[in-house]
Amino acid sequence: MTSSAFSPSVTSRLSEIVGATNVASDFAQLATYEIDRKLPAAAVRPGSSEEVAEIVKFAAAERLALVATGARTKLGIGCAPTRYDLALDMTRLNKVIAHDPGDLTLSVEAGVPLAKLVQILAEHRQFLPLPVPFANRTTIGGLIASGVDSPLRQFYGTARDFLLGMEYVTGEGVATKSGGRVVKNVTGYDIHKLMIGALGTLGVITRVNFKTFPMPLATRGFIARFAIAENALDMRHRIARSALTPLTMEILSPRVAELFGSDAATRYERAPMPGDVISNTEWALTTGYAGNEQVLDRYANELKRLARESSATGVTILSENLPPAWARKREFIPIALASSPATTIVKISVLPVRMKEAIAVAQKAAELNDLRWAAMARGLGIIYFAILPSDHTEQWRQRVTTAASAIQEACAKLAGHATIPWAPAEWKTTLQIWGPSRPDAAQMQKVKSVFDPQHILSPGRFAPNL
Amino acid sequence: MLYEYDGSVEVARPNCVVFPRTTADVLAIVKLANQYQTPLVGRGAGTGLSGGALARKGGILAVFSRMNRILEIDIENQRATVQPGVVNADLSAAVAHAGLHFAPDPSSQKACTIGGNVSENSGGPHTLAYGVTTNHVLSLEAVLPTGELIRIGSSALDSPGYDLLGLFVGSEGTLALITEITVKLTRLPEAVKTLLAIFDTLDDATETVVDITARGITPAACEMLDGWTLRAVEAYVHAGFPLDCAAVLLLEVDGVAEAVQQHAEEVADICRAHRAREVRVARDARERDLLWKGRKNAFGAVGRLSPTYYVQDGVIPRTKLPATLRRINEIGVKYGFQIGNIFHAGDGNLHPLILFDARDEAQFRGVVAAADEIIQFCIEMGGSITGEHGVGMEKDRLMPLLFSEADLDVMRDLRAAFNPQGLLNPDKIFPSKKGCGEIHVRPLPLAGAPSA
Repeated sequence: MTSSAFSPSVTSRLSEIVGATNVASDFAQLATYEIDRKLPAAAVRPGSSEEVAEIVKFAAAERLALVATGARTKLGIGCAPTRYDLALDMTRLNKVIAHDPGDLTLSVEAGVPLAKLVQILAEHRQFLPLPVPFANRTTIGGLIASGVDSPLRQFYGTARDFLLGMEYVTGEGVATKSGGRVVKNVTGYDIHKLMIGALGTLGVITRVNFKTFPMPLATRGFIARFAIAENALDMRHRIARSALTPLTMEILSPRVAELFGSDAATRYERAPMPGDVISNTEWALTTGYAGNEQVLDRYANELKRLARESSATGVTILSENLPPAWARKREFIPIALASSPATTIVKISVLPVRMKEAIAVAQKAAELNDLRWAAMARGLGIIYFAILPSDHTEQWRQRVTTAASAIQEACAKLAGHATIPWAPAEWKTTLQIWGPSRPDAAQMQKVKSVFDPQHILSPGRFAPNL
Repeated sequence: MLYEYDGSVEVARPNCVVFPRTTADVLAIVKLANQYQTPLVGRGAGTGLSGGALARKGGILAVFSRMNRILEIDIENQRATVQPGVVNADLSAAVAHAGLHFAPDPSSQKACTIGGNVSENSGGPHTLAYGVTTNHVLSLEAVLPTGELIRIGSSALDSPGYDLLGLFVGSEGTLALITEITVKLTRLPEAVKTLLAIFDTLDDATETVVDITARGITPAACEMLDGWTLRAVEAYVHAGFPLDCAAVLLLEVDGVAEAVQQHAEEVADICRAHRAREVRVARDARERDLLWKGRKNAFGAVGRLSPTYYVQDGVIPRTKLPATLRRINEIGVKYGFQIGNIFHAGDGNLHPLILFDARDEAQFRGVVAAADEIIQFCIEMGGSITGEHGVGMEKDRLMPLLFSEADLDVMRDLRAAFNPQGLLNPDKIFPSKKGCGEIHVRPLPLAGAPSA
């Protein structure tokens, strides 16, 4: 672990802004803010967006690199920060500013936990379609900044599709905003979209406005099992051509059953996985849908027919036992991370009809290098391919690096791309975390220099120069 | 000349008009603009309603109507790649055989181009359920005013890095000239039901809209016409609208057949619970088209009644609909204008149509004041100054009502990062810093905007 202490004048200025009780500089506390083996010199907990702006302004003047944090569940995403002086703990900004059930809009501070919103919205039979990994702990700011997706993107899209506006602090410490609080708005540039998935490299998110959605009527799940991936994907294509519009659709590889049944999985979902719905030796297509009784019957019948046409070996319909199975699907990444001491997750994105080749390539790359693996593929063409090495040693690093770069190369040839959002800290310098350099890198650089000219916001987490 | 105008009430004359056919042509035009340091503005079909495609500072107007080829249709992956001049409805027509469509459907869709839709982040009646243009664009090829050819986004989802696409879509032609667009195609619903609910008071109609949402139903479209507009439309289109009512709601539900049947019944029940005098359900595609014809031709119908009208585009939270419509009515009375209301009620996107005679200078000043007062009220309700028409040159001076100077500075800096000399589409979106607070003198407006 590396960290260096601040001079007393820096600490006293930080205390002046947020109060001494909200500045932490002892090792035990700082250890909880670790990012890829790096510790900050201090952690500060601002209580308002004004305080955030003051801290950032001060950091910019002193050239202190800062990383905004929430529940600290996703700080492992991306590269290690090149510099990390200050952790900006946003969890005190935890107010729900407004929920207007009749307008289906919501305005919250960045530190509000997603779980709290789930509760508040449920009272009005509404919800945010964001069942993302670490759902029980993640804050809204962290969810947005990390750009994680959820099974519900099949129907509802990603946060970018229902984020209405945002307040954020630039790298120069200026509190500013974009968008608004109404569901339709084309006033000014959509800067809030730039902040999604930017890992805090463009601004510190302080407030977020969302569109909310009416809770669907009864939901059901359908699982079909297949001997080979090709058949599961064939069913995916048949559903895409049908009139059905399921809410979720994931294809699970063999071994996901083992992961979902493990002790590690119970950390994220206590209720046991329903038995026998997925198997360790087979592929599965899992899909969720909602509606009235007739709609549910229609889905069940059509899905059974499509599964048969795609040579399924068996099907299961989930109703009361749906939540524990679905929670595991939501938590695939954390469960995979907990399933090996050196889990490396390759996120592959290709056009839907190319998924067959992409999965085959990844499987081959892993097996050629004697690597255990498990995969979850979303119906829209995103594949989370988890490589599960036995340990951190050099031998495994080499194997994982060889496999990951083979996958990345092959995906580029398939007109797609593959990044490595999660990997052991020690391996990040030899892996191409964000894939090969992109032709639009120069444009991203322009954006970065507008928001963070001093390079103090999460420097290096995205790319060396972003 | 024709290219001085668009669908708005603004006028501006370019020094020359060019019609690129290829990306190479666009690169050459940008080079020329740089060489002569002359403003350059991109334009599609000129149906815009905020002056976004007008050459406010003169210079070169690049009209993309000849870059109108559909380059690739990929049915299996539900993608299409088009040149910017492709007409919105033409793309949907080209993929209809496969049961697909391009979901954004501005009322001008038979004329407006996809390049224009991308620049303005256009909406339309069905964006209530399907989202606006930005929700359907995957990748762009574009020429920056510095002469760089760039490609952002990708056909595969989640292109790594910053969401440049999110920034460029809806940037109103101030960051780049778009030369190629890849979009998502959406499956056409299996079943559609279109309902017309007729009300004797405006409040009953607006409260129905609030209630439909409160019950957790998201119609595919929820449009409202007030009684005055309705009579104008009926005289023109003969859609069978009743002549003596205060308002109608045009509601559409779609999806799988079993759900549509239930939702249509629920929607009809809610309408009746709010004293709808009658709820008609279109029995077939012909009746459905007739109802929509009334909606989509409303602006043309109003154009027959007045030498000029001004279409506003405010947004409010939908629960504020009843109060806002009452206020608009009061503002009309106060300034002595007939104001018609035809709008996307489901998402609170208002389009008050203010009728006036542009030849009368006093009336012109009055209409601007009345429109500003409506927009001011929208902002007080927690709303916005434009829902789908864009800021353009129409509302740049209103931006400070929503955004602080610091907010606008970041946006200006972003523009400068891509458009450093300000040659591309100058004096749009952002108020000029010097003239803050001073109302610019508008040129004389033209009759009749085509649509919204």
